[in-house]
Amino acid sequence: MKKQKIMGVINLIHEKDDLDALTHGRCTATVPFGSRYRIIDFTLSNMVNSRINEVGIFVHRKYRSLMDHIGSGKSWDLQHRQSGLFVLPPITDDVQELSRGDLFHFYQNRDYFLRSQPEYVLITRSHMICNIDYQQVLAFHLEQEADITVVCKESIEPLLGRARKVRMNVSGRITEIQDSYGPMISDFSNMEMYLMKKELLMDLVETSLAKGQDHLVRHAIFSKLDQLKVFGYIHDGFLACVNTINSYYSNSMKLLNPQVWKELFYEPGPIYTKVKDGPPARYKQDAVVEQSIIANGCLIEGTVRNSILFRGVHVHKGAVVEDSIIMQNGVILPNSTVKCSIFDKDVVIEENREVRGVETGPYLAPKRRII
Amino acid sequence: MVRKEMIAMLLAGGEGKRLGVLTKDLAKPAVYFGGKYRIIDFTLSNCAHSGIDTVGVLTQYQPLELNRYLGIGTPWGLDRRDGGMTILPPYMQKEGGVWYKGTANAIYQNISFIERYEPEYVLIISGDHIYKMDYDLMLQNHKKTGAAVTIAGFEVDWKDASRFGLMHIDDDSVITGFEEKPKNPTSNLASMGVYIFNWSDLKQYLVNDEENVLSSNDFGKDIIPAMMDDSLLCSCYIFDGYWKDVGTIDSLWEGNMDLLEDKPSLDLGDPNWRIYSVNPNQPAQFVTASAKVTSSLITEGCFVEGDVDRSILFYGVTVSEGSVVKESVIMPKVKVGKNVQIHRAIIGDGAIIEDDAVIGTPDSDEITVIPVGEHVFPQDQLMGVE
Repeated sequence: MKKQKIMGVINLIHEKDDLDALTHGRCTATVPFGSRYRIIDFTLSNMVNSRINEVGIFVHRKYRSLMDHIGSGKSWDLQHRQSGLFVLPPITDDVQELSRGDLFHFYQNRDYFLRSQPEYVLITRSHMICNIDYQQVLAFHLEQEADITVVCKESIEPLLGRARKVRMNVSGRITEIQDSYGPMISDFSNMEMYLMKKELLMDLVETSLAKGQDHLVRHAIFSKLDQLKVFGYIHDGFLACVNTINSYYSNSMKLLNPQVWKELFYEPGPIYTKVKDGPPARYKQDAVVEQSIIANGCLIEGTVRNSILFRGVHVHKGAVVEDSIIMQNGVILPNSTVKCSIFDKDVVIEENREVRGVETGPYLAPKRRII
Repeated sequence: MVRKEMIAMLLAGGEGKRLGVLTKDLAKPAVYFGGKYRIIDFTLSNCAHSGIDTVGVLTQYQPLELNRYLGIGTPWGLDRRDGGMTILPPYMQKEGGVWYKGTANAIYQNISFIERYEPEYVLIISGDHIYKMDYDLMLQNHKKTGAAVTIAGFEVDWKDASRFGLMHIDDDSVITGFEEKPKNPTSNLASMGVYIFNWSDLKQYLVNDEENVLSSNDFGKDIIPAMMDDSLLCSCYIFDGYWKDVGTIDSLWEGNMDLLEDKPSLDLGDPNWRIYSVNPNQPAQFVTASAKVTSSLITEGCFVEGDVDRSILFYGVTVSEGSVVKESVIMPKVKVGKNVQIHRAIIGDGAIIEDDAVIGTPDSDEITVIPVGEHVFPQDQLMGVE
């Protein structure tokens, strides 16, 4: 078997779960996105498509839905005799240790890093949704002879979610990383994807912890920008930074642009997810569907405009769904209207109801709500 | 080896001659059906839902794509430690090897496979039909009647009857007469090609049949008549759900169109009887502002800008602006250009239909078929050509 160069780490330690009702019972990584996916599917698929076959997920909190979704990793072809997928929960004696930084948790799991073969490690979050080839990031990393490569997005418009800005000099070397989400004027946003040698990571873990510092970005990288060669790799493709409910809604609506749909779901690689065996979507005689993304298993008898329907949604006769996101098994009974809304799974709208949000504040219905 | 009460032997070697260009490089069981399935998915899902965990799949004709599709049986829950799915192609033995000469000979050649599981009963099925059936209910019936063989029967239209093996039964559903594809049918109770045999009886008859050089080694023509001649109890199990032989272009098209009825008699959406298939991993379908989609089934990965009515689109199909697709079945990854007209057609997978092409006519009695991977230009004007 060809030796793998990069191992992947999806770091969910202290990833903010700020999507209101959508993250009450689950972590951001498993929030449904894009009609049939969970947010983490994008990162997992990117890694697999980039020939990263050894992936560890550092889970932290509310990860029951993640375990359920990931299973053995088979859906992403990550179920191998060697390597494959590892889910690494916190190793803690004491509940208080849960709140410690990610370096502490990396240290607790250092055996995992030491046992694995690849020379490089790629650390990512889940909430930066994109389609990217990490082998190109590695090629860039080698060309620049960088110690650490950070994937960045150049964008004049502000990102819809919360992201750290970075500043870099003309040669692409990062000179400054925003610590929190305060003001910094720069066109570059940090996509929170870090590529480095595993050896360097292990060294950063030990030296930082020895100094009582335990956060990867803030302590190990941010404070060493003058000693380490940290370069920014610019990702040209679509990026959805999803860590607030508004960014969730606006980025979802961006998928309704066919160009974005094609780019995010096909280029450079396909996105994989857990298999459900739903039948094809059924459009009845009176169905009116415009500018929408529809998953398998849907039954449409009414009108759907500018919306995203997840698997198994039923829009009854005379019902109208506009500018909305309806998750799995939602039911809109006859003659009801839904506008600018996000429905979590299994929401039922009774007959002749009207549910309306506004674009800047979509109405959000939690799981199993009956209206 | 763990002993199994009943194992299934699935005959998937059918050449499917009557499907013409659609089976040029493909075994009939691997032909696409119903928007996201292949024909064999229905029988395999029936096995899964009937609690059968050991299935031998007998392949012979153009098995490459079928083998690749079946894999180790994971989508149907058949990747098991004991049993599971085994693909059984014809093979060489010490004294030489032969192709499967007939349905019965195919089972005869795999007696040693069956014996590994020491089954009491063997279910013989084929991968050619669309239906949802609980084989366990049929087994309970078989045990109750104490028959040597139980044959599933289905009442077909009289006009189609001569295409099938036909049965006469008495009030206790005991089979009193059996004719294979008679010219002048005297019954419309067709054999569905679904048999449950007591293995000890079947084995005996397979061995005897093999010794008879005049035999065509076929279940319907040889084994069943021989059992009846010896007055073994042959029972019929009447099935009253949806069943369709999709072995011809017309019936394949009709079978697909049946799914578009307001209340289809074959419900693909029943959560308790999912039809399992290999997932193509495609994003959800995109329907643009210019599209109009009515009375249709559309699958993942489709991108629809045109007008689709009473049609079935498999995964990854593109229908561009100004195009009309009516009463048609479009198989995976077909690209339909702009201002194309498609009526009453079956388009083979991967075909490319260029802008302004016209395929079929709205009132045609004949179904137009475009072969797999064909490139169709506007001047071709294809109508009712098979």
